[in-house]
Amino acid sequence: MPSPTVTEAPTAAPEQPAARATTRSGRKAIPFEQANRRLKWALLTPALGFVALMIIFPLVFTLNLSLTDAFGAVNANNAYIGLQNFIDALTDTRRFWPAVWRTVYFTVGAVLLQTVLGLALAMLMRKAFRGIEIVRTILMVPLLATPVAIGILWLLILDPTNGIANHLLGFVGIPPQEFLGSVSQSLPTLMLIDVWQWTPMMTILLLAGLSTLPEEPEEAALMDGANAWQRFRYIILPMLRTTLLTALVLRGVDALKTFDIIYATKGPGGGSAFEAETLNVYAYGLTFDYQEYGLASAVLVLFTIFIVAVVVLLRRRTGRTSA
Amino acid sequence: MSTVSTVGTTSVPSGTRRPTAVPRRRGRRRRLWGWLRGVTIAVVCLIVALPIIWMIAAAFKTNVQVTDPNVGLIFSPTLENFRSAFADGAILGSMLNSLIVGVLSTAISAVLAVPAAWAVGRFSMGRTGSLVLVARIVPAISLLVPWYYLFAQLGLVGSYTVLVLSHMFVAVPLILWIMIGFFEGLPIELEEAARTDGLSAFGSFLRIALPLAAPGTAAAAVLAFIGSWNNFMFALILADEDTMTMPVTLFNFISYASTDWGGLMAAATLMTVPVILAAVFGQRYLVAGLTAGATKG
Repeated sequence: MPSPTVTEAPTAAPEQPAARATTRSGRKAIPFEQANRRLKWALLTPALGFVALMIIFPLVFTLNLSLTDAFGAVNANNAYIGLQNFIDALTDTRRFWPAVWRTVYFTVGAVLLQTVLGLALAMLMRKAFRGIEIVRTILMVPLLATPVAIGILWLLILDPTNGIANHLLGFVGIPPQEFLGSVSQSLPTLMLIDVWQWTPMMTILLLAGLSTLPEEPEEAALMDGANAWQRFRYIILPMLRTTLLTALVLRGVDALKTFDIIYATKGPGGGSAFEAETLNVYAYGLTFDYQEYGLASAVLVLFTIFIVAVVVLLRRRTGRTSA
Repeated sequence: MSTVSTVGTTSVPSGTRRPTAVPRRRGRRRRLWGWLRGVTIAVVCLIVALPIIWMIAAAFKTNVQVTDPNVGLIFSPTLENFRSAFADGAILGSMLNSLIVGVLSTAISAVLAVPAAWAVGRFSMGRTGSLVLVARIVPAISLLVPWYYLFAQLGLVGSYTVLVLSHMFVAVPLILWIMIGFFEGLPIELEEAARTDGLSAFGSFLRIALPLAAPGTAAAAVLAFIGSWNNFMFALILADEDTMTMPVTLFNFISYASTDWGGLMAAATLMTVPVILAAVFGQRYLVAGLTAGATKG
């Protein structure tokens, strides 16, 4: 995040007096500013070079590939076909558009749910209590655990006939559910798994945000007789805004790109009726199952533009309102 | 807490009934609230932890027990699943691959990213630093396609080199991002003092900032390693049979051994236990790493 604190730091750095020409050890000193200019690029170039080589170059390559009819073997000759791949993708109402809606549905549903739950949990855990270290450790496990292992684990738990989930639901009189085995329940079930896995992350992020808030405004509101809800709604929530939106963007971007758990539980195409096929799973299948490199590249360009647009819009919104 | 309420009530003008009535009611309500809070947090912890506990338990069950929902967490454990998992050899081999790729990609990424993070943090290159975010936003799959296309043409698919490079794509931005925040949090005075005493800028990085940043670097490195250890999509495409990492091996298990739930859970447990250990021992530092940059806009 382009934090304003970073850009202000240089002016704050003390200017070295020009009179100081040699160091204490007697060596000729290069003025700090000049030395720093050389040094900072020397230190940055390897990392930036790597990022450029692994990200910017491939993106340009994808853009180029999206204008060709690349198909089959990677060594096959390609011909430029203009924007045909984009037209094909955008007019495809069988796989492309349903995948777009599934992606949006999955992301919005899962992220909203985990934001509300995560915020509630963070407020609950705000005041220190005995055992908070243990609670935090427990919360960290699902977000560090291997997604493929998580997916397989939930396949076992949610197994329609032998799973513990239906067994437990039976105790409270709910009939057995198909969960990941059914077309209509697959995506909601995957959303619930995502909520299980990532609500703790929201809690940890918001807890960190809460701990940086000043206490005075809230104390003042308490003196003025504001009740708990009023203090939350009018004092804490506005102050927490930046953290909340940052967490929302981070989680949103990751949720848009969810692949591992969907692929591990539903397989190629998100199931036989493509019921859990999000854009990520679709693009993956198009590339590596069908070798439709040209069309897949067009989908990926659209996907990337979509994600970047969402992030830019969200960030501009936050910037404008908080300024 | 009780002292706070007494202080509050003493400030209320005397002569009203409130000073005596309010604190007692508040105290009782507070205690109730405290209980409610504790119970809720405990229930949430159970919901979070139980699936993982279920997985570990299933790893010690026989295949008959795994698929019998009446067998809960009390049963006589067997090591058979682990024995057969290790006997196969595929698991051990792919764990080794995960370890090699994880250690190499993390180490090289740290060497690239930590000095760069210091440069960004100290020389106010926020804009340059925020370029890193592009790496977080761009979907990994849109890079995987060109990588595969290019690496396949070069005949490199399946090599450790390609796996390490692809995992570094996640690790370099992650370490950079965490460490920028960490270096910004270090007091600049120490480095300034060292520099007025004749240490070069690079020297002050190497001898002052770097040692101070050791805990942050360790947390960033552990998170980067976990990211590599968990990575599925890259290895699914870029690894071959000899370089296959754990998540891919696990995934391949589902298709041809879907009845062997015990074996699957044993393999999943082997993957998850190192991560749980990292969470237990590095909790404080890892939380700092995970939340780096999120609390400052």
